[in-house]
Amino acid sequence: MARTIIPFGPQHPVLPEPVHLDLVVEDEKVVEARPSIGFVHRGLEKLVEKKDYQEFVYVAERICGICSFIHGQTYCQAVEAIMDLAVPPRARYLRTVWGELSRIHSHLLWLGLMADGMGFESLFMHSWRVREQVLNIVEATTGGRVIFGSCKIGGVRRDMDAGAIQNTLTELVAIEKDLREVTQVFLNDNSVKRRLRGIGALSGQEAHELGCVGPVLRASGVAQDIRKLGYAAYGELEMEPVTRTEGDSYARCAVRCEELLQSISLIRQALGKMPEGEVAVKVTGNPKGEVIMRTEQPRGEVVYCLKANGSKNLERFRVRTPTFANLPAMLKLLQGCDLADVPVLVLTIDPCISCTER
Amino acid sequence: MPYFQMSRLAIKWALTKPPTTQYPFAARNAIAGSRGQLVFTRENCVYCTACAKKCPTGALKVERAQKRFVLERLRCISCGCCVEICPKNSLSLSTGHGSPVTTKAGETYSGTL
Repeated sequence: MARTIIPFGPQHPVLPEPVHLDLVVEDEKVVEARPSIGFVHRGLEKLVEKKDYQEFVYVAERICGICSFIHGQTYCQAVEAIMDLAVPPRARYLRTVWGELSRIHSHLLWLGLMADGMGFESLFMHSWRVREQVLNIVEATTGGRVIFGSCKIGGVRRDMDAGAIQNTLTELVAIEKDLREVTQVFLNDNSVKRRLRGIGALSGQEAHELGCVGPVLRASGVAQDIRKLGYAAYGELEMEPVTRTEGDSYARCAVRCEELLQSISLIRQALGKMPEGEVAVKVTGNPKGEVIMRTEQPRGEVVYCLKANGSKNLERFRVRTPTFANLPAMLKLLQGCDLADVPVLVLTIDPCISCTER
Repeated sequence: MPYFQMSRLAIKWALTKPPTTQYPFAARNAIAGSRGQLVFTRENCVYCTACAKKCPTGALKVERAQKRFVLERLRCISCGCCVEICPKNSLSLSTGHGSPVTTKAGETYSGTL
């Protein structure tokens, strides 16, 4: 049968960010997908040579507009590891709270995009309506909405007083109620199930071999979550990785839905156990050494590699983002799928192209 | 129950007040603690240049001899570093946004104490 190449992206209604795929199709079946990336490369890694290592937190936060806080946090943790800085416990808890709020708004964004990708417009709008409530909490506690700007080397730049903690807990009750309603539609609605069930199934073995991370890996039954390493305050909070065994698009959606509620639980635990004290330590001197730091972003594990030579600028900075790790899996999922399922399969890994290209 | 779940929610949400506002006809409620636009109070400034040294984007330029303070709004990321460092509290962040910036030229303030 004759093969045709259909270009998909970089501008496409389901793509929030530019990535291009050449879809080789036979009739309505995709035989192969050839990706090309590089549309939003900004050279942020090179900027370490120009920006002071303390100023670079702001650049690190701007690697991605959705998981911005966790990028900043990972960078700070990496520099703190090189400089052997002990971050105050309260700052660790605050980072955990803001990291989980970041995860909630990222997952809600994804749920909305997924609903939009399968043509469920009202569900898309209502997912984002709930997300707005989360962003309001973030704005009230950090001052920013998507770029939090509250993390710095040695701790955090803002504290949450008792009133802010109480307000957050009160808001979380309403958010949890709304989240349960919205996620029930994703998990139980027949039209959603028919669109996602059995589409793009990936076994645990395949996901592991392809180097998947985050919800894509957990949806295939592999209980890998970097938060279990206990960075920030996660070591003192109770959590178990959310896993599913089916490995299909529905499982990936279900993992993210359950992680929303898990994040609410983690925020409640962190706010409940929040220790008193300072939120930052004084940072003096310049870093010297090399470190690899891993954290769990909403899309999966991010790896930061920093090399410092004792000057105020870092020598080398490298990021391995979760979407980069999940791209091979996406290409594998696209092989043999129906052309109509391509938008769902592309969205199912929650692609973040800005992160990937930096 | 898998049936009519979305329909029930749609009816519920249709009967509640819209979460959106008719901006710009209705102003957005400012959230306390939000990092909005940078506000400069000339009367307090001693032109010490601490803010300009700390600014991560180079949006501030202070000339001590000429007693001149220049703020490039298009460079400012409202991070609040200058507000934290200012010894005279001449810089603050409002909770809202100001009027749109239409020129690349910075806002210049000058004057004596």
